[in-house]
This record gives sequence, structure tokens and C-alpha cells, in this order.
Amino acid sequence: MTTTIRLQREAFDVAAEAALLTRGRTDIGAVVTFTGLCRADENGEPIAALTLEHYPDMAEAEIARHVEEARARWPLMGVTVIHRYGRIAPGEVIVLVVTASSHREAAFAAASFLMDYLKTRAPFWKQVEKVSGKIWVDAKAADDAAADRWSAPPPRREAAK
Amino acid sequence: MKLLYFAWVRERIGKAEEEIDPPAGVATVGELVAWLTKRGEGYAYAFENPQVIRTAIDRNHVRADTRIDGAHEIAFFPPMTGG
Repeated sequence: MTTTIRLQREAFDVAAEAALLTRGRTDIGAVVTFTGLCRADENGEPIAALTLEHYPDMAEAEIARHVEEARARWPLMGVTVIHRYGRIAPGEVIVLVVTASSHREAAFAAASFLMDYLKTRAPFWKQVEKVSGKIWVDAKAADDAAADRWSAPPPRREAAK
Repeated sequence: MKLLYFAWVRERIGKAEEEIDPPAGVATVGELVAWLTKRGEGYAYAFENPQVIRTAIDRNHVRADTRIDGAHEIAFFPPMTGG
């Protein structure tokens, strides 16, 4: 399986990253890409930008552990995870997850699983710039609930058809 | 051992990292937090709700009852908000 994990300050090209995962291959039948973008508001209040702080070595290790877990649960042929840090303006990309498999079910499920875990387990913290000042974003209970749904016994892995 | 602080935990304590040598009675993450809390106002503020603080030992998530002996790097941070 092709795995790419990158933490970077710079923006990235979503289409180019997805194309890279399937280049020269004819066995991949499904590619799912999830792109997280910076919105111009937080809880209804406008923001000028957000800044992502991270714990570099642990973030990379934690993402790698979850990619491994996704690979154990679904028949994946490729995974790319790119997460930015630093200052990010509204409309810019923050995170990209690309999953490739022979069929769509595994690709959809693995992308969803990886995003739920990135939100709640990968050591990144968002701070937003509001008119009133800089504020750390609170963790959301809905994100914890989304991650918890994967802690049920995993589905039996079936060979790629 | 080396301690790392992130996000508002870092801001409240006023530093990103430090080397510490806790006394022998400090055996678990929870006991380390209690010991740190007594080191000053910034620490007390950072750890005022210890149940919300997340901890990693050598880059792995751990719980408050995890033992700290043998740890090289212990990180304290708020619940994560990436993605």
C-alpha cells in the first residue's frame, strides 16, 4: 500500500495529491478525497484567520498509527494524509485525506474513520482570530461521539474483490 | 525528564518546555499534575480542571493513572481540535 503522511505549513493541491495516489495503477477502482477548509466564522462570529499549533513528532506518529489501523480494517491500496499547521486564512485548505481501494465502501469508510480520529486524537490545536482577540477553539462533543462510533468491534476484513 | 506544554496549557504556564526532576513520591501522571500545580500560579491555572488535560508519554496518549517511571518526554495539552 502507498502511504503518504505530511505535516506542512504550505498549502497543497488537492487534485494533484489524489492523482499521485493512482498514477500508473489500474487496480484501484475508488478514490475518496476529503478536504477540510478554513471557514470565515467560528460559532457565528467572523474570524480573520486560524492558527494551528501541533506537536510535530507525536502528530506524525499518531496519524501513522491510525493509517495502520485503517489498513487493518479495510482493504486499502493507498492513503494520503496531509495536515497543515501555522496561520491559515478563510477559504484555504487545512487537511486532506485521500483513500484508495478497489471498491467504494472501503474508501468511504476509511476516509471517514481517519478524519474522525484526526479531529480527536491527533495533537493539533486551533486558535481563531476574532475581533475580540485570539481564542482557542473548544473541542466538540460531536467530534468525540463521531470517533467513538469506530471503537465498536471492527467489521471482519474481507479480501479486495 | 522533559515536559512539553501546548496551546493554552503552554500559555498559562508561560513556557513551551522544561526539564524537571520530580520527587520519589510522584509516580503517576495524576501525581505529577498535582505536584506541578503547587509550583506556581501559572501551573495552578493551567491545571485548574485536571480532568480536561490530556497527557502523552513519549508521544503516546496515556491516562492519569499511568506510571511515569522511565518516561523521557511527557506532554500536557488541551483536548485536540485538529482536522
